[in-house]
Amino acid sequence: MLEALIQGILLGGYYAVLAAGLSLMFGVVRFINLAHGDMAVLGAMIALWFVQGVGLSVSLAIAVTLPAMAALGWLMQRLIFERALRGGFLIPILTTIGLGAALQNGMFGLFGSETKSLGAHIGGLSWASWELPGGIFLGQLPVYMFLTAIVVLGTLHLVLTRTAFGRAVRATATDADAAALCGIDARRVHRGAAAIAVALAGLAGIFLALRAQVTPFAGPMLLIFAFEAVVIGGIGSLRGTLLGGIALGVAQALGGLISPQFSILAGHVVFLTVLGWRMSQVAAADRGGWRSAYAALILKHKTAGGKR
Amino acid sequence: MSQIRAEPMLRARGVNKSYGALKVLLDVDFQVAAGEAVGIVGPNGAGKTTLFGALAGSFPITSGEIYLQGQNLAGTSSGERCRMGLARTYQVPRPFLGMTVFENVHVAGMSGAGLSSADAAAEGADILRDTGLLALANRPTAALGLLDRKRLEVARALATKPHVILLDEIGGGLTEAELGALVDLIRQLQASGMTVVWIEHILHALLRVVTRLVCMAEGRVLAEGNPREVMAHPEVQRAYLGSSPE
Repeated sequence: MLEALIQGILLGGYYAVLAAGLSLMFGVVRFINLAHGDMAVLGAMIALWFVQGVGLSVSLAIAVTLPAMAALGWLMQRLIFERALRGGFLIPILTTIGLGAALQNGMFGLFGSETKSLGAHIGGLSWASWELPGGIFLGQLPVYMFLTAIVVLGTLHLVLTRTAFGRAVRATATDADAAALCGIDARRVHRGAAAIAVALAGLAGIFLALRAQVTPFAGPMLLIFAFEAVVIGGIGSLRGTLLGGIALGVAQALGGLISPQFSILAGHVVFLTVLGWRMSQVAAADRGGWRSAYAALILKHKTAGGKR
Repeated sequence: MSQIRAEPMLRARGVNKSYGALKVLLDVDFQVAAGEAVGIVGPNGAGKTTLFGALAGSFPITSGEIYLQGQNLAGTSSGERCRMGLARTYQVPRPFLGMTVFENVHVAGMSGAGLSSADAAAEGADILRDTGLLALANRPTAALGLLDRKRLEVARALATKPHVILLDEIGGGLTEAELGALVDLIRQLQASGMTVVWIEHILHALLRVVTRLVCMAEGRVLAEGNPREVMAHPEVQRAYLGSSPE
């Protein structure tokens, strides 16, 4: 039980990294990237190619893959998302569904459909563990991944709160029009945010490839996990995303104790419970029924900044 | 082609804006000289705020031209116009919630005026002092009342170091004393050489600052010139009396 709880918390770091990119894109660019999970898989595939095809070490492959993913995110924002965003609400959704399908089939064509893993390339680290008092085994890899997640999200938090770029990001996220009137170049902010978001997705994909395996078609499931962590933790807060990721990880780990099949379902149940609770909170405040609650939940930033 | 006569600071020529069949601005000609203070009045729905939006580049105009210091602004975004020296405030203040008062001004100084972080901080502190917000510098903006939000709206626009500032009904909802403080501030700005364009329903405040008045109605410029003459203009009277006062 305690072991499952610890494993769940450690797993939460991975989910938080996966979710942070999705949350950042939605919060800043107001863009729901339904290909986010596929981007994660792409990050894993690129890292795998660097290791297996080029012969780089795993750490070197990660060091090369993440900047490549950031550049890809910047380019996608520049070439695809910016245009899609001008098309209203529906076009971005259709665009990213199409992008996801193209990524899945492109990776299938390039890398084949078999499951791949980085686990074989990190030697003993994939199974090494520490034994804690009480006979609890703590996997070293999950601990390292969790610490990496904390460092990455902490750094991102500092960037957003302490740097000029971060202030521009937060200003744009609050009110893009007002930000433009302050001279902030929203396009640059959006491209920067997309670069960070896709790099985060890539890192999450690499985490997945390290601790388990990936297939070209794993993206949609990752997207669902990312969404669940974002909704549980609340949009627009990295601390919330971390807590959301941990809650999802713990739910899955504890659900797995009941039966292996119950693991993912338990995550979904927690997600639905939190979603229902959040809607009821907003509905109670507004007395406007679930419709306005849903609108308030999704457009939280807008209503908070609206007319008073 | 003599260049001796100074270009107007800001000039709109034949500006039209329609949303589908709805024409919001009709052939609006408008100009402000450098250092001038101009007031814009008119009944609700006259197109005053839309004119500001057109000047600031918040949306593309249907036809017409806008020049800032003689430079055609066609195709420039609102961010670029801000960096060129055109600032605008909103009627309903739109502070960056979740950021402090200081951060609001600081981000505008860095992005809008192109200052370094240290310079933006120093200038920001000066502006906060001038606008009476210094004591609130580290407050989250969500905690501010209406007057302070309006002050911040002005402070944030000033932080971009504009040549021209477009003020949209910053006087509404304020007490007489608060209004007096605001008028003093705007007079100071103008005295320092800034060009001011001010949309305001509160005429007595407006007339203490502006030397020229433009009256708009139904998307057109109805009359302009000396404030008292404009207000005495029969069409202006009809436009005001013919619509319900706010």
